[in-house]
Amino acid sequence: MSNILKKEREVVIPGECLAEGMDYLPGDNTYREGEKIFSKVLGLVGVAGRVMKITPLSGPYLPRTGDKIIAKVFDITMSGWRFQTNTAYSAMMNVKDASSRFIKRDEDLSQILSIGDYAVVKITKVTSQNLIDLTMKEPGMHKISGGRLVKINSQKVPRIIGKQGSMISLIKEKTGCNITVGQNGIVWIKGEADKELLAEKAVKMIQERSHEAGLTDKMEKFLSGGASQ
Amino acid sequence: MISNKETIAQLAKEGKRIDGRGLMDYRQPIQLETNISWTAEGSAKVQIGETVVMAGVKLAIEKPYNDTSDQGGIMINAELLPLSSPEYESGPPGIKAIELARVTDRGIREAKAIDMKKLCITPGEKAWFVIIDIVTINDAGNLFDAASLAALTALKAAKFPEVDPETGAINYKKKTDQGLPLLKEPLAVTIYKINGQLIVDPTTQEEHSYDARLTVASDEKGTISALQKGGELPLTIEEVGKMVDIALEKAKFLRAEVDKVVK
Repeated sequence: MSNILKKEREVVIPGECLAEGMDYLPGDNTYREGEKIFSKVLGLVGVAGRVMKITPLSGPYLPRTGDKIIAKVFDITMSGWRFQTNTAYSAMMNVKDASSRFIKRDEDLSQILSIGDYAVVKITKVTSQNLIDLTMKEPGMHKISGGRLVKINSQKVPRIIGKQGSMISLIKEKTGCNITVGQNGIVWIKGEADKELLAEKAVKMIQERSHEAGLTDKMEKFLSGGASQ
Repeated sequence: MISNKETIAQLAKEGKRIDGRGLMDYRQPIQLETNISWTAEGSAKVQIGETVVMAGVKLAIEKPYNDTSDQGGIMINAELLPLSSPEYESGPPGIKAIELARVTDRGIREAKAIDMKKLCITPGEKAWFVIIDIVTINDAGNLFDAASLAALTALKAAKFPEVDPETGAINYKKKTDQGLPLLKEPLAVTIYKINGQLIVDPTTQEEHSYDARLTVASDEKGTISALQKGGELPLTIEEVGKMVDIALEKAKFLRAEVDKVVK
């Protein structure tokens, strides 16, 4: 005897029972206690076959290998830079990962990235002790200059990007801005001043209304007319 | 905390702001609410955009100070609650909280806004003391103006509690119709200078990027009662003049908001 107690896309809080019986399996952000499956987080229920999972609505960013993030330099050491990553842990970038060119031994590292600078970087490694290693060597990684940074809930990043990047390319196309979304919830927007503002509003709006259906169409209207608040 | 310092400075040069407002525009909505606390003699909640500040007025009978034995007193305290911004921690007040309290205090005290002599009950023995507590609920910038607005609104809304004529004990549960003896209504307006431009009502990001600021407290007749300069860079005489003009004009605008909720 197994049955699901919550519907697909229903909002649940931590500790709420999602399903009873051993026929269902606990997936992401859920746990089993006895014969019941409970939610670990505030989020939306998802049922994929026999697996119960939760798409979180809030919560911190957890660093993962391969993520592209936007981070801030807060220290320069002998061998590289230390970054704030919008997580509880700081990250390290070695000199050899900063640039594809040769960096001389006595070179001033603050000429490349100084304290307070932001950069688009990629996480190469996260250890079990949550030590994060970064690289700036890959294509698309660079120091940020100009434009504006916006902080959003990192759980909404997939919604900002959209299916196959549909949402982000819509905003890029309508505003003509250059937009980079870091997985850690920091978004960089660069373009004309008033278009930057429109793009920022759009990003904030998606964050607030991420649970609504047909959001891409609504955003298209908002960006074209600017009226549908 | 993201501050976008360079972009704010660049936009200021072009006469623009990062959130698309005009240089002299306050954020909307500006909302004031009185009597939010029934334990205080007067209280107010002020919202400017996303910034929310609450102020409460308590009235107590105490012995007057020796040098002003025929007068009451005023005390203003501000607390930056940790819930209002990730920058604030609990514990003893820091430099920002002390400055906020003192700037608000000076604006009211030096304007001689409250008739201190009328607060005296028996010279040298008993006088009313006005204690204003300001707490920040959300700091999204411009706490100076919000705190001053909240303090004035709370003062205007305050009513004396009943006093037992025989024992002299205060019954805080019952309020009389009598309000505080207000002579003037001082309000502070803070003008920020960023990259040569003057702006009002900064957001948190703009507060991280300013060169200099000047808080101007003035009463309804346009008499200046207090000034406070902040920031690392200097101001020219012309700039101070311009800032005062802006402050007087914006104080009028804010005073109209106060008059909407308390007479």
